[in-house]
Parts: sequence; structure tokens; C-alpha cells
Amino acid sequence: MDIAFSPEELTFREEVRGFFDEQFDDELVSRLRGDNFKEAIVEWQQRLYKKGWIAANWPVEHGGTGWTPTQKYIYETERSERGIPGVIPFGIGMVGPMIYQFGTTEQKEKFLPGVLDSTTWWCQGYSEPGSGSDLASLKTKAELDGDHYVINGAKIWTSYAQYADWIFVLVRTSNEGKKQEGITFILVDMKTPGIKINPIISIDNEHSLNEVEFSDVRVPVENVVGEVNKGWTVAKALLAHERTGIADVAQSKRNIRLIKEAASAEMNGGKRLLDDAGFQAKVADLEIELMALEFTELRTLAAMAAGGFPGPESSLLKIKGTELQQATQELRMETAAYYQGVLPNGMDPEVLGHSWAHDAFRNYMYGRASTIYGGSNEVQKNIIAKYVLGLE
Amino acid sequence: MNFDFSEEQQMVRDSIARFVQDDYDWDTRRAIVASDTGMSDKAWQTFAELGWLSIPFAEEDGGFGGDIVDTMVIMEEIGKGLVVEPYLPTVVLFGGLIARAGNEAQRNAWIPSIIEGSTSGAFAYLERQSRFEIADCLTQAKTAGDGWVLNGEKVVVFNGANCNQMIVLARTSGEQWDRDGLSLFVVAADAEGVNRVDYPMMDGQRVANITFTDVALNADSLVGEAGTAMATVEAMIQEATIALMAEAVGCMGTLNTKTLEYTKTREQFGVAIGSFQSLQHRMVDTMMAYEQAKSLLFKVVCEYKQDPASAAASIHALKVFIDKNAKLVYGEATQMHGGMGITDELDIGHYAKRLMMINTTFGDATYHRAQYIDKAYAA
Repeated sequence: MDIAFSPEELTFREEVRGFFDEQFDDELVSRLRGDNFKEAIVEWQQRLYKKGWIAANWPVEHGGTGWTPTQKYIYETERSERGIPGVIPFGIGMVGPMIYQFGTTEQKEKFLPGVLDSTTWWCQGYSEPGSGSDLASLKTKAELDGDHYVINGAKIWTSYAQYADWIFVLVRTSNEGKKQEGITFILVDMKTPGIKINPIISIDNEHSLNEVEFSDVRVPVENVVGEVNKGWTVAKALLAHERTGIADVAQSKRNIRLIKEAASAEMNGGKRLLDDAGFQAKVADLEIELMALEFTELRTLAAMAAGGFPGPESSLLKIKGTELQQATQELRMETAAYYQGVLPNGMDPEVLGHSWAHDAFRNYMYGRASTIYGGSNEVQKNIIAKYVLGLE
Repeated sequence: MNFDFSEEQQMVRDSIARFVQDDYDWDTRRAIVASDTGMSDKAWQTFAELGWLSIPFAEEDGGFGGDIVDTMVIMEEIGKGLVVEPYLPTVVLFGGLIARAGNEAQRNAWIPSIIEGSTSGAFAYLERQSRFEIADCLTQAKTAGDGWVLNGEKVVVFNGANCNQMIVLARTSGEQWDRDGLSLFVVAADAEGVNRVDYPMMDGQRVANITFTDVALNADSLVGEAGTAMATVEAMIQEATIALMAEAVGCMGTLNTKTLEYTKTREQFGVAIGSFQSLQHRMVDTMMAYEQAKSLLFKVVCEYKQDPASAAASIHALKVFIDKNAKLVYGEATQMHGGMGITDELDIGHYAKRLMMINTTFGDATYHRAQYIDKAYAA
């Protein structure tokens, strides 16, 4: 039982700090906030790729870093302290691991390089208008026609579909047996005829979500990952991967720091908000919860390092992590007082009042999604009850 | 970074678990608590024989040379078994203070006898008015010739009823709340002028209120330097708090295990009550509370092992966190056991009462939250 950093780990931390200081420059920061988000984030990911740091959780043989849990912890801590965005999850965090775990040699050769160097933007085709938490009830249909599948149906809540080159899709290839059987995991080129994207504006007033419609979309059979009708296995493995990243303790820690900074500048009757005992207690309780979660994440990382893929325990990280994200976002809104509600309407938020308050608004509003996506927190509790506690 | 236990730590864990299973079942524990002394000398001798009483002490003092991780392992198992024998007062507090501040003669006098099980110790630091402020001390020791004369009263002294030696915190100079001017003395429980009123606490432990009336002490009863005890005591309480939190985690784990087993077998409306989703989700909540508490305990232990001073804020955090989550765990355990959960016969309520005492010992959540804020925001 020991968390002391070794000399090698301290050297690694210096390397991370040096890289971030040099490569995450002010010019990139302002571009990430602007209209060309996609171009800016891709450029950042390509800088990470050139450094060899794009795939922290991948095995070395597929282009991963081979980092120890401690190295991942150091990297994430340094990243969040600087407010550096995480890697867009759909390629590196989701489809990549499924391809190297379940894919054919041809698929690995064809798709993994584009995932690693961010030249391919992926999106996720899981939920449907009629199937959200009950994912296995999905109806989007793929029928065999020669050496192609013909896909018909619709996917929803597809983040950044408007930017995507490819989509990974769960489709129904059979109606026999249990609903979990007969599902297939397939990769689809977004340029294929018959795909239509309908934007969905979310409660943060932004456009990241979409509905993606499929009308007679023809996809070669070699794009199936894993076995036909065994896509549920792939789907579950992907969700377990997704859940570990969802906790995002580092981001919540950064939000706490931003709250403290803001609350030390906010004055109420000549007194700093941060000196208000009731406010202090709220901040303290959140910090303490995060301390615990950070070590739960470390314990999970250490267990993964010893045993490979994450298990149902990752559901705990998802539940607690998203609860704390939301609690932190809520306290940041409270800190912003009236300014939490200001819509800049095209003006510079700085001119209207607190420049950070609109960020707080967007994070809080979009943050409502976190307890719903990746399998709602109630579904996570069902998973823990069944697979960890053995309750039927 | 690793969260593994050494082979020796695993062996100690297994041996305590085996002891609890074979020799400390629920009926045995009930009988011990109901006995005259409220503890078992036989069990204590077993602890001595199996070496558990030697673990935290340095090898040069005849101990095993263990660290905070070893103490955590022992205390967690004590918590699981709801072991009532005074490991914390005797080994951690009395022995710990001697090990930290005692001179060679004092260490030779007391540590081997703790290890062999013949010295039963206590630390008398609370007073009627002090609540959680340790420096709020009215008990006085005045110089008299080469030695001292002790007057005052200490309350809720853990193991106060059964100890044969105690360390008393007394003021040798300064005013009531001064941090300076406090000193530690070893006092024999049967010394002239020592009067004990002993009584049980709700968690089964035996404590005492102890008055000292012109108790004459030798010069060599003084532990450490006169007037400078506060730093020693605070450091000691930090370590003891970690030990206590490990015990709490042990209690929480057992409550969850027992509750889970119960809901899988207890049938209502023709099915096991564990099949109800409303109960399942609440058991997930208590499972997460336990895992999270354990994680924070690991953080504190790892920090303390590196540098005790660096763990100060995290120890306050842990106390706040355990308070909240222990309440959730014992509250749900009681509720899910239904009517049986509120009987004296079942062990559930006794685990709850132990956790309630743990929550108030060394300061409650309100106190520690304020301390945490002082430390965290001063930085």
C-alpha cells in the first residue's frame, strides 16, 4: 500500500508539464472556444498523437502508451489543472478498443491508424428514438443482400454526427431468440447514400446532438466487427470502457478550483462569498466526495492494470462521477448568481458580466445528460445489483 | 502506486478473521459485554499470544515494527467482528503515547508489558466541558518537591474501568484553553487519590469518569517535556483517528454483507425482498458508500505513511465522509432488517451503536468539517 511517486514517475510528470506548457498554447485555447472547434480539437489530438500520448488506455502493440495507473493519474491530474479537454471519446475511447479486441486483421489495419491520428472522426449509433435505457430493444434493421447489409432505421443523441466521417452502429440482424441476440456491431461510412442527419438543439442552446436516419444504406459485410448476431458482447464491452472515462474526477476537481477562485472574488455585503460558512461547507463536502472518488478510480485503474478490462465495478465510477459532476456544476451556477442566466446573444460575455458564467450555464445544462448517457444511472444500479451484489 | 497488502498483513488479517469466526461469535460477544468487566481476559491473552499487541511497536522496543497499514488491517478486522477488547485505548493510545514521547526507561517499563498482555492502558484526555477541544484542560499538575501533585477530573475514559495504567493530560502552566502548558503523566489506576466511576457505553465498551485528588506523582511519571504535550497528543489523535476509521470501515462492510444476505433469504409477498428494485438500488448506494469510504481510508493511509503532517486535511475529510456514509449504511441495514433490525437480540443494532460512538469519538463531522475548512482554505 503506497502512492509515493518514484523518481521515474517524477520525471514523467516533468515531461507532461513541459509538453502541456509548450503545446497547449493560448492560440489553441482561443480556437477551441471558437466556431472551428472540430479543426482545433483535431489539431490538439494530432499533437498528442505525434507525442505518442493519444491512446492512454490502449495496449502498446496497438499504438497505446502502455502507461501504468500512476502515469495515467499523473497525466490526468496535470491535464485537468490546465483545463485541457479530454480526447473526443468516440474513436480512441470506444470504437478503437472494440476493433483491436474483436476486429479482423484487415479491420485493424484499415481503421486503427485513422483513429490514432484523428484523421477519421467517429460517432456512436447506439440509442434509438424508441430505445434509450433499454438498449437491447433497438429496431434499426440490417438485412443481407449479397455481400452487403442494407440498413433502415434511426439513431438518436448522436454527438457530433455533423462532424463524423464514420459511425459505429448497433443493428438488428435477427429477430430470433432473446432481444440481446440478433444484434450486430457494424461500421458505416457517413458518406454512404441514404444517411440523413437531423440536428437536435440541447438545453444549453448548442448543437452537438443529432438524429441520424438510415434509408436503404448499403454497407459491405466485411464492416461487421465481431460475429454477426453477437454484437451485444461488443456493445457491453464498449459501455464498460465508456463508463470508466465518464467519472472525469479531474474535471470536477478543476470545477471546484474555479468555484473557489470565483467565490473569493464575489462579494456579498462586503464579505467574500468564500468566507461564508454555509458556502464553505458546500465546497468542503464536494471536495471530500471527490477525494474518495479519485481513490476509487485509482483502485479501479490498479485492478485493471492487474486484470485487463474493466468490470461491472466501473458502474460505480459512472454513478458517483456523474452525480458529483452535476453537484459541482450546480454549485458553480450558484456562485454565478444572476449571471448564471445571462444569454450573451452574440455579444462577448465579458462585456455583460462574468465571463465564466456562461460556461457555467453550458456545463450545468449539458451536464444533465451525464446521468442519462452511457446507460442511465438507474440502469447502472441494476447492473451492480445483478452482477456485483448477486441480486435477482 | 499499489493498493496491495503484504503477505504478513494478509496473515494478520486472516488470523483475526479466523479468531472472530471460531472464538468470537455473536453469543460469545454478548456474554463478554454482559460480564462484570465487559471484556474477555482470555481473548486479550490470545491477542498477546498471536502477536497482535506487538504490531505497531518498534523492533528495538520489542515490537513487530509495523506501520499505519498494519494498524489499519487490524482495526478493520476488529470492526468486522465488533471486537470489544481495548486495542485502541491500550495499544494505539497508551502504547502509542509512550512510544512517541516516552524516554527509554518508560518504553522499557510499559511496551513489553503491553505486548505480553499484562498492561491494560488508557488515555484520559476528555473533560466535562471540553467537548472536542483537547486543549480545553482544567486538570492540573503542580510541582511538589521532585515530583507532581495531580488534581482534576477526566470523563469518558476509554478502557478507564479496566485499565491498570493510564496517561493523563494535565495542565502544568497557562490558562484553560492554552495550547502551551499541557503535560502527560503516567498514573497507576490504583494510586492513592484516584477514584473511578465506571459505566458502559451504548456500544458495549466500558469507560470511566476518573477524579484525581492530590495524587502524588514521581518525577519520572512525566512523559515527554513538561508544557509541550499538545503537539504529541494531536499527532497521536491523528493516528488513532485513522485506526478508528478503519474500524468503522470494517463495521460498514459487515453490515452490508449481513444485510445483503438477509434480503436474499427473507421472503415477503412470496419472493425474496432482495428482488425488489427499490431495495436493490438502496443496497447499491450502501455498497458504494462502503467502497468510497474504503478508498478515502486508503488515501489517508498512503499519505500518512509518506508524511503524517501531509495527511492532516485528509484525516478531517475522512472523519466527515465516514460520518455521513456510516449513517447511511447502518440506517439502511436497520431498515432492511425490518422489525428484527430494532431488536437488541440481533447484531445489526450493535454495529449501528458502535458506528454512532465512532462518529463522535475524536470529534464529529461538524467539528472536523470546520477543521478541514481551516486547513484546506489556509493553504
